[in-house]
Amino acid sequence: MTGSLAGVRWGDTLARVVVILLLAFAIFGPLANLVLWAFAERWYFPHKLPQEFGLTFWARVFAPRGSALASLWTSVGIACLTVLSTLAVAVPAGYALARLRLPARTLILLVFLLPQAVPNLPVYVNIARVFYEIRLNGTITGVVLVHAAHGLVLAVWIASAAFASVDASLEEAARNMGASAWRCWTTVTLPLALPGLIASAIFVFLESLDEFTGTYFVGVPDVTTLPLLMFNASMGGNYQIASITAILLLLPSIAFMLAVERFLKADVLAMIGR
Amino acid sequence: MRSRPWAGLALAAPALALVAIFFVGPLMMSAVLAFRGKDGGFTTEHFAKAFELYSTDLLFSAVIVVVSTAAIGAVAIAIAGYLTLGEHPRTQAILRWLYRWPLFIPFIVTAQVMRTFLAKNGMLNHVLIGGGLIDPLQAQSLLDWRGIVIAFVWKQAPFVTLLLAGAMAAIDRQHIEAARNLGAGRLRVLFGIVLPQSRRTLLVGLVLSFVTMLSVLSVPMMINPNSPTMLTVDIAYRINSHGDYAVANALCLMSLVLASFGAWFYLREAARKVERT
Repeated sequence: MTGSLAGVRWGDTLARVVVILLLAFAIFGPLANLVLWAFAERWYFPHKLPQEFGLTFWARVFAPRGSALASLWTSVGIACLTVLSTLAVAVPAGYALARLRLPARTLILLVFLLPQAVPNLPVYVNIARVFYEIRLNGTITGVVLVHAAHGLVLAVWIASAAFASVDASLEEAARNMGASAWRCWTTVTLPLALPGLIASAIFVFLESLDEFTGTYFVGVPDVTTLPLLMFNASMGGNYQIASITAILLLLPSIAFMLAVERFLKADVLAMIGR
Repeated sequence: MRSRPWAGLALAAPALALVAIFFVGPLMMSAVLAFRGKDGGFTTEHFAKAFELYSTDLLFSAVIVVVSTAAIGAVAIAIAGYLTLGEHPRTQAILRWLYRWPLFIPFIVTAQVMRTFLAKNGMLNHVLIGGGLIDPLQAQSLLDWRGIVIAFVWKQAPFVTLLLAGAMAAIDRQHIEAARNLGAGRLRVLFGIVLPQSRRTLLVGLVLSFVTMLSVLSVPMMINPNSPTMLTVDIAYRINSHGDYAVANALCLMSLVLASFGAWFYLREAARKVERT
């Protein structure tokens, strides 16, 4: 009796270990394959592993005049400009949604939901057509505008949640003690909402850094961001360059995944969509 | 609040304008251009042409997105269910750490990763051969519709799982304990108590994934660019090779119709949530 019970427990443990291992392979296997490609000098079918490892392609990617480094700076520059322009409009909007009396508040919230609920491709296609006519195609400005419109939605929602989670009685106390509205905002409201606002800035930054479809239509032929470079390398059959670029794009995403809970506290998360 | 309504509107106006100009406007333009003939009059010829050339791809897109959504739902229910009802804290901790890795990995990187992993000489086949599960001659490339589905599930399942696990964690534990004490098995508790109470979150997550997958260009383009393929690839092809915005917009409208089934549900749920608060 005890023997069969122990047997059941062993079988149970074994099943758990096998399932976890399979899941680990499903998640890390593809990533491991990417890392192998990034360090492969030569890798021909049917060899299971690269015949030769090395850093030649890394040297090529990070060459001072290499196109990869140029794309990296283009991407980072675009992402920074996107964050600035997005927050400039998202912070006031988020504050208004959280704290002020708004006519048709539900409708306004729904407008900010729309870009999440509708496929973006038709939008990019037609923006590209208009931008082509007004000569914004292939310019940094054009790409930043497209990224900003896309990032705006998340930014407004997170900013609104961040302001909503600030205790209103603290603001009232400051006002009662004679602080002006502006002073109250800069010394009480803004500092308390800052972690949430930083989280929304990081979200927007990553969205812009990783954005492909919009840049593909609006950025061509002059703006080559990192995702575009990766796409071209991959379609051109250069798996090493594509994999190294992919790793550059992966690192910030994974770092953010591991840190996200530090920025987005539960009290802010609970306010999203309110 | 003492503030006047126009103050709030003034603060929200720039953001609203940005969404109107760069989202709502182009969307309406798509609808107009899809029906406008060369002479400026109303026509359905673009749709006729789009159907004639791409009806297989329309079906292909619909099937892929539906299959992927179903698989994402199944994975999310399994993982979130175990995180909520499992009785083995260490396994749960490992699982919680493990499942989220692809959460913020962009689609284009997912596409590149799967392009190498699922190829005929990719790691998946080498591991299957090394493990004695298949013959070397049986190794085949999965870079067709299966590759697209795998890439979509790999990327989107963690997102839906995260939402669902959050919703499940918010359920009153007493309901679960009571059912367990009355002798209900864990599967029964999952499908009888936990899932019905977190159903709405699951559906919102699935709808968001459904809509997102419909407009992803990089994954089908890098994994399965040849016909039959997804509508997104056809749209890009019409524009880049023919400058044919009319048929491209007709195709766009078709994908919008597919998405609208999901979007309608999502907006309805969201509106209901807003009204409640």
